[in-house]
Amino acid sequence: MHTIENMNKPFELACKRKLNIKQGFFLSLIRTLGFSGAITLFLILSFVFYNGFQVLSWEFITEPPIDAMTKGGIFPVIMGTILLTILCMVLVIPVGVITAIFLAEYSKPGVMLKSVMMSIYTLAGVPSVVFGLFGLGVFVVMLNFGTSLLAGSMTLAIMILPYIISTSEEALKAVPYSFKEASLACGATKWQTIWKVVLPTAMPGILTGAILGTAKVSGETAPIMFTAAAFFSPGVPRSVFEPVMALPYHIYVLATAGTHIEETRPIQYGTALVLIVIVLAMNLLGIILRLKQRKKRAW
Amino acid sequence: MVEEKNIFEIKNFNVWYGDFQAVKDVNLNISSNRITAIIGPSGCGKSTLLRAMNRMNDLITSSRTSGQMLFHNIDIYDKNTDVIELRRRVGMVFQKPNPFPSSVYENVAYGPKLRGIKKKSALDEIVEQALIKADLWKEVKDKLNDSGLSLSGGQMQRLCIARSLAQQPEVILFDEPTSALDPISTAHIENLLQELQKTVTIVIVTHNMQQAARISHYTAFMYLGELIEFGNTDTIFVNPANKLTEEYITGRFG
Repeated sequence: MHTIENMNKPFELACKRKLNIKQGFFLSLIRTLGFSGAITLFLILSFVFYNGFQVLSWEFITEPPIDAMTKGGIFPVIMGTILLTILCMVLVIPVGVITAIFLAEYSKPGVMLKSVMMSIYTLAGVPSVVFGLFGLGVFVVMLNFGTSLLAGSMTLAIMILPYIISTSEEALKAVPYSFKEASLACGATKWQTIWKVVLPTAMPGILTGAILGTAKVSGETAPIMFTAAAFFSPGVPRSVFEPVMALPYHIYVLATAGTHIEETRPIQYGTALVLIVIVLAMNLLGIILRLKQRKKRAW
Repeated sequence: MVEEKNIFEIKNFNVWYGDFQAVKDVNLNISSNRITAIIGPSGCGKSTLLRAMNRMNDLITSSRTSGQMLFHNIDIYDKNTDVIELRRRVGMVFQKPNPFPSSVYENVAYGPKLRGIKKKSALDEIVEQALIKADLWKEVKDKLNDSGLSLSGGQMQRLCIARSLAQQPEVILFDEPTSALDPISTAHIENLLQELQKTVTIVIVTHNMQQAARISHYTAFMYLGELIEFGNTDTIFVNPANKLTEEYITGRFG
């Protein structure tokens, strides 16, 4: 009926857009929700920045805490997080990349591959506190590493392993088949092809995944809570068997334990700000790398 | 001209992909130091036959073969055959130029390095000779460290030819090497093939019949997996014995 009515009207009247309130309402709702992610990020950043910026100073990031952590800086805390993250990556990248090579280049479809893939997906879904308990049981107690940098890094490594595997596998699978074909036609073995052609070509992608993984790892609290984190330590650890302070755990400690919770609020927010800046910087680096390699990719 | 002998002897050769038979009972001899063209419509099995000659079909897990593929009287599908050595002697150039994403120099030095040649001076010599033979040296001698992917399409294809030549192969298999190139680059490659044929045996798959007529000594016509006719290129194009061959080369189907 609608159509017939329109057909009888002169065109300039029929084509006039009617104001549709319902449509307008939902459109603006969707638009607003579409920005919710950006708005939330902005709110969190400005909240943390507003509360924490007054403690920020050169001393804050270069000096250890003093007076039962109510004053001073957070240097050992930053160092602890950096050391945990680096050691974790050193441990996880070789294992993750080798697993990804197996999955992308060697595995044949079948029950075996399916069960490996299922395990990786499941591992990715395990809550991080469970990794913390596993690390406590296996690395701290059973292997007798104690609460230490090593135990914490290994726990973080296990947690991030599925992520590293899947980003590396994606990078390896993105290498064009024609490169492999060319290498094999030159009389290269399968391993030579992987080592000299596939891996170098996939390397930027693998690194991007690793950097984004670093960002994830540096913000985790639960896995290091029982395995690596110290309430207080004055400086940089002298061996991997010593506990370390770490940014997320430091925030947790200052905000929940002790008698100076209210007094140390600015330090808590300052620490959170440092953590966020580190994570955002890592993410940004990863994104820039990804964009760069996308531009460079000529095949 | 260098005296010719049968470098490849293909006897009752079949290739299957799963249940599909792509090459059916082919008998064919390839003469050394000549250009042999394999022509035929899409899906006739010509690329499959070519790829069977240096066992590139091995990469497709569902493929299997029967019959004999003799290279220097040795069956290359024998389980004792060293496929790596076979592929060094029987190189391949693909339809789409596929240089590695590394420098021009590294592209050409790839094969020799795999074979353990490490000395810089030796590698330099091999790279230069291969690029000269591929008629690319003049264009790239000042940018050997530039990425191989920065070259033009025709240059990339000649780089791939140089990469193959650096292995000092006896045979180079060309799988429609000019179908992704413009006419000028195509002419350049055709001239190059005629130059190379003095030292290397060439087998070329092409769906460009003029190309086969222009450059090859022998032509094989394949249809639906079968070898329909094989002979001197002149005979095939001027006086084909088979009705199908005649219809194909006169453009009545394809």
